[in-house]
Amino acid sequence: MSQAATKPEVSAIPDPYSVPLEEIDMGKAALYPAQAHWAYFERLRKEDPVHFCESEEFGPYWSITKFNDIVHVDTHHHQFSSEPQIVIGDAVDFQPPMFIAMDQPKHDVQRKVVTPAVSPVQLSEVEPLIRKRVGNVLDSLPVGETFNWVDLVSIELTTQMLATLFDFPFEERRKLTYWSDVAASGPQVGDDSMTEEFRLQELTQCLEEFNKLWQERKAEPRKNDFISLMAHNPDMQNMDPMEYLGNLILLIVGGNDTTRNSMSGGVVALNQNPAEYDKLRADPSLIPNMVSEIIRWQTPLAHMRRNATEDVELGGKTIKKGDKVVMWYISGNRDDEVIDRPDEFIIDRSKARHHISFGFGIHRCMGNRLAEMQLRILWEEILKRFEKVELVGEPVRVTSNFVMGYSHLPVKLHAK
Amino acid sequence: MVQVTYVQHDGTAHEVDAPDGHSLMEVAIDNMIPGIDGDCGGACACATCHVFVDDAWLAKTGEKEDMETSMLEFAEGLEANSRLACQIKASADLDGIIVRLPESQH
Repeated sequence: MSQAATKPEVSAIPDPYSVPLEEIDMGKAALYPAQAHWAYFERLRKEDPVHFCESEEFGPYWSITKFNDIVHVDTHHHQFSSEPQIVIGDAVDFQPPMFIAMDQPKHDVQRKVVTPAVSPVQLSEVEPLIRKRVGNVLDSLPVGETFNWVDLVSIELTTQMLATLFDFPFEERRKLTYWSDVAASGPQVGDDSMTEEFRLQELTQCLEEFNKLWQERKAEPRKNDFISLMAHNPDMQNMDPMEYLGNLILLIVGGNDTTRNSMSGGVVALNQNPAEYDKLRADPSLIPNMVSEIIRWQTPLAHMRRNATEDVELGGKTIKKGDKVVMWYISGNRDDEVIDRPDEFIIDRSKARHHISFGFGIHRCMGNRLAEMQLRILWEEILKRFEKVELVGEPVRVTSNFVMGYSHLPVKLHAK
Repeated sequence: MVQVTYVQHDGTAHEVDAPDGHSLMEVAIDNMIPGIDGDCGGACACATCHVFVDDAWLAKTGEKEDMETSMLEFAEGLEANSRLACQIKASADLDGIIVRLPESQH
């Protein structure tokens, strides 16, 4: 995460074709900030799309790299369990339960409790507020000076949105960003910048603050924020504190890292593809389509992990009961059997919504409509104000095999 | 060919011919009917082809499988006649079917 941002050591990463196939381990987090993963995934999709590897770091696991195979795994949730964990690594001793890492029926019950907070009706109610806040943030930016887009725009906007969804004290909203970063870091995703003990200590503090809010909300009439929805629901009222923490982490990380990095990713993509930026300026009605293309191109979460509940044949291989299976969404989104010219960023691409970044099946992202709305409003308001958001230096990427993110994006705004 | 009528949320009706065996999601996409997304391409995995089947036809569309029931939980404004269009295949039995579309799929 942002704490773990490092300069990639490109020279240390070998060419994918110089490595024996069976030694290819896509769990190696260093591949990602160096952008070396693309070529590795391309080789796997061609030569070994359902790929087994004995990883020193993560143990034995399967990599699923083709779009349709990923859809198959994601939609066969009885054969591919989300328990106990949905990232590649296994937690050592700190693993709060959360509904993304639960199977039916409990998953369905808990998910249903919180979805009203991001329903289309609720979203259309908050749209004017989001637009106003986006406008305020953009109006406060220095024009003509270099600044970090990640901090002043991407983090700020997603954090404001999270504070609204939780009805969290607005002035203290950066705590949410911090807890999200702590929760999504650690050895499970190939990041060694913080220990499990440190994460436990920080997230215990998070739980304490949210416990106070739970008590407050329970005493008040039910509202449409996440905490109130949980506190007033009979199925969740007697939730174990660790399960409350788990679900909070899920909602914080789900609403934070993902949209944040798509907000940054759009700037990177448009700067690397100036003809697409011209197209956008000429026709802002392309924004909704571009938003789907940004989410595909960025794929803010690289993978989700499952565990086989029985022996399953896939791509000519036998996945054994109990095996760990990693669906690489980031690779599926570059599969040319399903997506035309997948390595190109094309804002008016046809069937742009047919990407795999939100996952498919019962665990599909519940905040997808909110994410699309936030990105749409951001670009609508940017186009009203600025001729260009110019990237003036190299993006600094985070070291993770899970979050495809940026910690630093030096930009300069050009007035209209 | 099977005749299918899609009625948009604002009341606009689109009468189209559906080839036998094609799903009502595919037919809507092929005929550019606004209001059906079909993000997952027909894998019953995204719930963006939610339709309300006219009561006269509901029984003829058959029983929902477990996966469809689970995915329908994602859709907004669920009703007893809610279905996912990707799970209804055009057939002679359904000739003349009317489905209504929700305000938005996403």
